Amino acid sequence: MRSDLDVDRLLADDGKHVIACCGSGGVGKTTTAAALALRAAERHGRRTVVLTIDPARRLAQSLGMEALDNTPRPVEGPEAGSLDAMMLDMKRTFDDVVASHTTPERAAEIFANPFYEAVSSTFSGTQEYMAMEKLGQLRETGRWDLIVLDTPPSRSALDFLDAPARLARFLDGRVIRLLSASTPGSRRSMLSVMGASAAVFTRVFNKILGGHLLTDVAEFTASLEDTFGGFRRRAEATFRALQDDQTSFLVVATPEPAAINEAMYFSRRLTEERMPLDGMVLNQLTPVRASMSAERCLGAAASLEEGDPDSPVAAVLRTHADLARRRAAEERVAARYGAACPEIPQVWLPKAGAEVVDLAGLRAFAGRAVRRDGED
Amino acid sequence: MIRLRWMSATGPVPRLHVVTGKGGTGKTTAAAALALALAGTGRRVLLAEIEGRQGIAPLFDAAPLPYAERHLAAGLDGGEVFGQAVDADEALLDYLTMFYRLGSAGRVLRRFGAIDFATTIAPGLRDILLTGKLKEAVSRTESGRMAYDAVVLDGPPTGRIVKFLNVTVESGRLAKTGPIGRHSRSVARLLHSSLTAVHLVTTPAAMPVQETIDAHDELEAADLPVGHVILNKVVGSGTVDVTAEQLRDGLARSGLPADEDAVAALLAEYRTGQDEIAAIDAHRDRLERLGRPVDELALLPEGVDLSGLYDLARTLRRSTGGLRRSPLRPGAAPEGVRDAQ
Repeated sequence: MRSDLDVDRLLADDGKHVIACCGSGGVGKTTTAAALALRAAERHGRRTVVLTIDPARRLAQSLGMEALDNTPRPVEGPEAGSLDAMMLDMKRTFDDVVASHTTPERAAEIFANPFYEAVSSTFSGTQEYMAMEKLGQLRETGRWDLIVLDTPPSRSALDFLDAPARLARFLDGRVIRLLSASTPGSRRSMLSVMGASAAVFTRVFNKILGGHLLTDVAEFTASLEDTFGGFRRRAEATFRALQDDQTSFLVVATPEPAAINEAMYFSRRLTEERMPLDGMVLNQLTPVRASMSAERCLGAAASLEEGDPDSPVAAVLRTHADLARRRAAEERVAARYGAACPEIPQVWLPKAGAEVVDLAGLRAFAGRAVRRDGED
Repeated sequence: MIRLRWMSATGPVPRLHVVTGKGGTGKTTAAAALALALAGTGRRVLLAEIEGRQGIAPLFDAAPLPYAERHLAAGLDGGEVFGQAVDADEALLDYLTMFYRLGSAGRVLRRFGAIDFATTIAPGLRDILLTGKLKEAVSRTESGRMAYDAVVLDGPPTGRIVKFLNVTVESGRLAKTGPIGRHSRSVARLLHSSLTAVHLVTTPAAMPVQETIDAHDELEAADLPVGHVILNKVVGSGTVDVTAEQLRDGLARSGLPADEDAVAALLAEYRTGQDEIAAIDAHRDRLERLGRPVDELALLPEGVDLSGLYDLARTLRRSTGGLRRSPLRPGAAPEGVRDAQ
């Protein structure tokens, strides 16, 4: 097994203030983030907060909480260090951003716009912006020396990196200026700036979207400009901070082709963006204890079954053969990552029998991550 | 029109199958297997993905799917499965062309970043375009018959499925006038009708099962039609008990290592397997209490290759009672679907 990522050294490094766990959905990002945060607090005495995005109820419970919310709450358990946990509430975070960047009257106006309702709660994509914002807020308080970040369950791990830039592009975009300019009364200025083709554009959009929506959007963007300007600067600053070496990215994957491909794309992007990628966590490997080959076991099982079709020994051998074949297939898939990103240290985590439902489970999870020279 | 016995006995048979599941549960695989299962003799099924992941093509050992529908594979009994990667940018241009005969104005839109606009400011608009595109495929007719007997969507994960399917309800509310508003409302009607079935894929583990139950309740609350629950990656192994002694003897007789370590390791694996099976039974019970049919797909030890995919399709067809055919009514577009034309 290939396990050359020194997780304990990473967690103990007091030069690191953010650890971001990224990867596609269902690879165990949230569990990994929670387990690493717990270990950082307990073993390395760090003041740690874990920002989860959408934890399963059981994971929230495993941190000793019925439900996590938008405010970090202390987790009972760690004696050294401290651990707080929170769950991103994107609507509330968005509300806070608006409220803190503008006057109460203006904020009330924004909140009342039907389009705000849609952008802040319904539309996907807002989550990434808000995760970035929350990360910035947590850093600013100085209350924690380590923030462990779970990333949104995006269609792609890349969304997390692209969201702030996309927001900036949107706000600087010509389209939005067009829309802002197309509110009643400013039509002429728009035409003079953009020329005749803009008229085509506005007409088409008016037709598609319906007059109402366009007006709502225009008002929304106009009234949000000051708010968003501040927010955008923050998001950009947070994004830049992710590039310094106080941050560590960990890419999380499972040994399945789609998850490994995603991990490879993501790792390449991080390298291109000069983001500090410190390791790959490979979750949910099939644990294999016995060392006999699948082929030998299947052969033996077949001859045992000739004498006794219900041979229990044959059943045991077939179970092992199945596990061994699964594991071999997983390792073939995982090897692709090693070939594509040879310089990235990895840690392989075989699946444990039981799912993580409490702090002990999280401890055991982290324990497997730091065990060296991996036996399963 | 294709009829599956396992689908609702009353009302129209679903023609749009939306497959969702927690990440990692194998929803793409399940969607592909379902498309193969639905493509019986003479049937045409469209298998679509919308998230730009190109998850379908590798399952069929095919080149990446284009935006245009392309023949992908033969169905189980010689039907045809077509594949498509729906892209929001292209769908927007399509949409504009369809409704406004845009021509060069489409290029203007591109130049002005209107495409950016669609996919940036309003990821919701993106979902509107994607669901609209699906509806178009479901309701399209070609030479007097439905172009597709069924459309299978490899959908967004459970966490976003209700948001995705309900975006047109939201946009229908926001855009009170104009074609988007009208279009949104007609798509919303299709998605909330019994022509649609949302299937939930899960693996037998606590978190995915819980998410499945949560998603089921959210879908019901949003009045979206839930279809089947597909329990995926089910392991099977012996349930007979075995002692260390029996095992040692058996290993020795087979000429395999029979030392203490080997025996202990094999026993531990076997017992873990038995525990897993007991756990699977418990998960299945929880899922069955939802009152929806539960289909089971076995875990393929070597991963899913093309022949494995057809095996899964056969299982789905068997476990779901096979296909019952009804005479094709040429050009018979179900009510509520026609108005997208």
